[in-house]
Amino acid sequence: MKDKLIKMTEEAIEKISESSSLNELNDIRVLYLGKKGHITSVMKSMKDVAPEDRPAFGQLVNEARTKVEEALDEKKEALQKAEMEKKLAEEVIDVTLPAKRTKVGHGHPCQIALDEVERIFVGMGYEVVEGPEVEWQDYNFTKLNIPEGHPARDEQDTFYINDEILLRSQTSPVQARVMEQGKLPIRMIAPGRVFRSDNIDATHSPSFHQIEGLVIDKHITMTDLKGTLDEFAKELFGPETKTRFRPHHFPFTEPSAEVDVSCFKCGGKGCRFCKGEGWIEILGCGMVHPNVLEMCGIDPEVYSGFAFGVGLERIALLKYEIDDMRLLYENDQRFLNQF
Amino acid sequence: MNTPLSWIKDYVPELDCTAKEYSDRLTLTGTKVEGYEVLDKNLEKIVVGEILSVERHPDADKLVICQVNVGETEPVQIVTGAANIIPGTSGQLVPVVLDGGKVAGGHDGGPLPEDGIKIKAGKLRGIPSNGMMCSIEELGSDKNSYPLAPESGIYIFSKELIKELSLKPGDSAIMALGLDDTVVEYEITSNRVDCYGVIGIAREAAATFNKPFKLPEIKACGNAEDVNDYLKVRVENNELCKRYCARVIKNIRIAPSPEWMQKRLRNSGIRPINNLVDITNFVMKEYVQPMHAYDYDLLSGREIVVKTANDGEIFQTLDGQDRELDHTILMINDAEKAVGLAGIMGGENSKITDNVKTVVFESANFDGVNIRLSAKKVGMRTEASGIFEKGLDPANALNAINRACELVEELNCGEVVGGVIDVYPEPEETVKVKFEPDRINNLLGTDIDREEMKRIFSLIGLSLDEAEENVIVPSFRRDLHCMADLAEEVLRFHGYDKIESTLPIGESTTGKLSYKLRIDQAARNVAELSGFSHAMTYAFESPKVYDKLLIPEDSKLREAVVISNPLGEDFSIMRTQPVNAMLTALSFNYNRRNADVRLYDMANIYLPKSLPVTELPDEREQLTLGAYGDIDFFSMKGVVEELFENIGLNKKIHYNPVCEYSFLHPNRKAEIVYEGVKLGYLGEIHPVVSENYDFKAGVRVYIAVLDMPSVIEFTSFDRKYEGIAKYPAMTRDISMLVPKHILVGDIEDMIGQRGGKILEAYKLFDIYEGSQVQEGYKSVAYSLTFRAKDRTLTDDEVGQAMKKILNGLQGMNIELRS
Repeated sequence: MKDKLIKMTEEAIEKISESSSLNELNDIRVLYLGKKGHITSVMKSMKDVAPEDRPAFGQLVNEARTKVEEALDEKKEALQKAEMEKKLAEEVIDVTLPAKRTKVGHGHPCQIALDEVERIFVGMGYEVVEGPEVEWQDYNFTKLNIPEGHPARDEQDTFYINDEILLRSQTSPVQARVMEQGKLPIRMIAPGRVFRSDNIDATHSPSFHQIEGLVIDKHITMTDLKGTLDEFAKELFGPETKTRFRPHHFPFTEPSAEVDVSCFKCGGKGCRFCKGEGWIEILGCGMVHPNVLEMCGIDPEVYSGFAFGVGLERIALLKYEIDDMRLLYENDQRFLNQF
Repeated sequence: MNTPLSWIKDYVPELDCTAKEYSDRLTLTGTKVEGYEVLDKNLEKIVVGEILSVERHPDADKLVICQVNVGETEPVQIVTGAANIIPGTSGQLVPVVLDGGKVAGGHDGGPLPEDGIKIKAGKLRGIPSNGMMCSIEELGSDKNSYPLAPESGIYIFSKELIKELSLKPGDSAIMALGLDDTVVEYEITSNRVDCYGVIGIAREAAATFNKPFKLPEIKACGNAEDVNDYLKVRVENNELCKRYCARVIKNIRIAPSPEWMQKRLRNSGIRPINNLVDITNFVMKEYVQPMHAYDYDLLSGREIVVKTANDGEIFQTLDGQDRELDHTILMINDAEKAVGLAGIMGGENSKITDNVKTVVFESANFDGVNIRLSAKKVGMRTEASGIFEKGLDPANALNAINRACELVEELNCGEVVGGVIDVYPEPEETVKVKFEPDRINNLLGTDIDREEMKRIFSLIGLSLDEAEENVIVPSFRRDLHCMADLAEEVLRFHGYDKIESTLPIGESTTGKLSYKLRIDQAARNVAELSGFSHAMTYAFESPKVYDKLLIPEDSKLREAVVISNPLGEDFSIMRTQPVNAMLTALSFNYNRRNADVRLYDMANIYLPKSLPVTELPDEREQLTLGAYGDIDFFSMKGVVEELFENIGLNKKIHYNPVCEYSFLHPNRKAEIVYEGVKLGYLGEIHPVVSENYDFKAGVRVYIAVLDMPSVIEFTSFDRKYEGIAKYPAMTRDISMLVPKHILVGDIEDMIGQRGGKILEAYKLFDIYEGSQVQEGYKSVAYSLTFRAKDRTLTDDEVGQAMKKILNGLQGMNIELRS
């Protein structure tokens, strides 16, 4: 009996090792361990064994059963693994095939530059506000210390609707509007569209964007203006950027300055990009003219402030090395896709 | 503005710097140098040569062989093809570039090469040539600057010039031609009218380099006669003509000006003409004071009257044009008639000719604003009016006329009659500004001491009164009125670069975007995530777009804000709709064969509140989505809904196909309605319109427009968590036979109303028209989901809700399909 059991076990293990599928393996399990299986039958024949031999016999059968079960489990695991490997092998893909992309749209370079400028000034505590594009001449000129007959009215070739109403030629009228509201102190920037009657070419457009900045408080100084714009230039063009303030004239600021930044291509040594100058002009600024403060109801004896105006297109052209302003308004998808 | 550096040095004799230093430092004190040109940068080894002989070339018809004395022991042999060097002639003095030298350009006067052209000895048709005689073009200039240069060929020095400069062979031809100079170009700001002249810039240069400044000393001149015996001057409009100076010159001798004056003018970009014209141009450039000369013999009554014209009067200016005048335009008259448009242009009737014997010089101070307006009215902005309109220093009216007369005597151009007529009834008051060093420092954030400020003031010609309480502003500084002006003067010469960088202290403020800008940003994000790229378009367009968009004649959209001085019709009205701009951008892409283009624009339309415009128009921001290619109506609709959800519009959006948009496909358009308010529209572009924008027939173009001021009323960034459903949902499907004209949206509205609180969602899962459906009907199937937050629904509850819905369907004549 014992020999028969050993032989049966060996036979089962051999069959198991030869099996090549889970189904086959299951058949083997039924054949040996099922209700009517060979090993089960041996167990059932216990009753024919002498009672004193029964424990030994039982142990023997159980050992055989355990052996077969272990072999079955082992084989099952191996077969499952092989099957998975086969499946995975069949699922090979060429990962270098083209990607499927959700086509996301692109921002306009001017908007991207504007978002950047807004981020910088919002971080410094400035509020972003807006004003009308079709504006009273009073706000565009008179309240900015440019009275009727002032030559500056001719310099900026302004589009007029009638004698009183025009397309704003600068974002500066927003200064006057914010000051008139009388809420002090003021720290604001006002981005927006402005208009001048320049024909369209590589460097001009009759419609473009400016960002106006205004700070009014007690004890605001020219050095504050310089420090603020230094920070701005470093944030926008990189920490190595230097600024250069040059005297200039704007009717609504005094003293006034134009600001150059060190060329971010050559670092100021002079290159084709900066036309050998080492400097690139980026904005105009100055201390708010006392006449402007007064006209807007702010006492220039108590308050002072600074203002600046940046050309957004200029920033975008410089930052993204765009060589023709017309590209900004043609909206060629191939152009926009690059931003 | 251009000035030669040599002229500046006349007034700042100790100025000694390179052109680069000059440019850099003047720029930093506020006189911005745009650039400079060293005239002799590429001129090397160029001397005066005397032609000793000219012989024919044995082997070339067009060449001649010249022996040229260049001041050395042996003459130099030069072969030339110049037409004006004729065999058999000799004695001419010409510029000669020697072997190894350099010239600036070719003889044809084309663009100058960056590094010039090297000249080497060589052979021309077998004959050695050891240099080159030069044309004025080869020296980098042109006939316009050197009127005596021949049309083509070698420049030959004039007898006058040889005499004036005692020219002899071997002298520098560069000096003789005044090319030993640097022309500097400035950007002058409108406040510094004095710097439109050489004296003003020289004063700035002297202050910048801390060198003495030397004003030209005007010597008294004139014969023993009295000008008052020649001429009477009466000014009727003193407010328009503050000062009027006149002098008389007789025995006029017209001739070329001397080289020193020609050089100054030439290098300032002014063409030398003759001594009389050159003198007025010279003085204008020096003092920023336009002058005019009248032929004395053509003035009737020996009188000048300055007064405004009569309305409708016609006057012929010296360019032969008739100009219509009105009562605001100031005129110069003689006893009988107008002879000049004050400050703008003289009259044909008193024009100076070559036969002039006696001349009246006029040097006046006219009101800048009036000149500007008058020039506009008569449609003629001249160089003189452009200067006058800046508002000139009245002191210069007298200085300039005396300087001009001094030059007349110096140049032997005529005999100056003694005395000056100077009508200046109300001399200008001296401007005084309180000297407050502390306030200046407070504004600048500096600690510049009082003495340093005083030093700077004296550099630029400002003085302090006795007690130093006031700064006395000289009349040439028309821009200094208050403390801030003085602060800028101090800072200019103290150095903008020498002050610290600080940040504002004081009350802190919150940096933020306005709510509207935050909504804009969210809208841009959704548009971009949906595949649309940001386009920027023009706010103005042509009135022709109305027809292109099929907008009816009586439409409100044709009522636009019109620009009175547009850049042309194409940019003449402010847009009343954003569709043209979007279609223009899409069309641009289509013409460049870009496939599948999606763009959005976020910009204003301008709706007039009244016409004609008397108040600011309503500026309404429009979000415009436009696309063609891989897109359809419902994708556009999807983007709108994504956006609405993103900015807090969570209620049902209604789409009304009954709406008036001429540019949209009549059966593929909808107005977008939310809570009963129109927020915009979307649809396919009408095929006629898309053809108007150059799209080929069959290309479907889509557009969606949202009126952001209307949208913003419903927006919110507030979000509240409502929990995730815990109890099971029950679904019911209904399949309906719907009369074709009934909109699915109407069925949804009914389901939404009747489903009650427990109706969680409904979803269209099938819609079909065709052979298996009765004619005039469509098959529509919905899956409805019911759920309660707090319990499991019973069949009964759902059954009741369904019954209400089915009743509703019956009311709409909709049958259920079995």
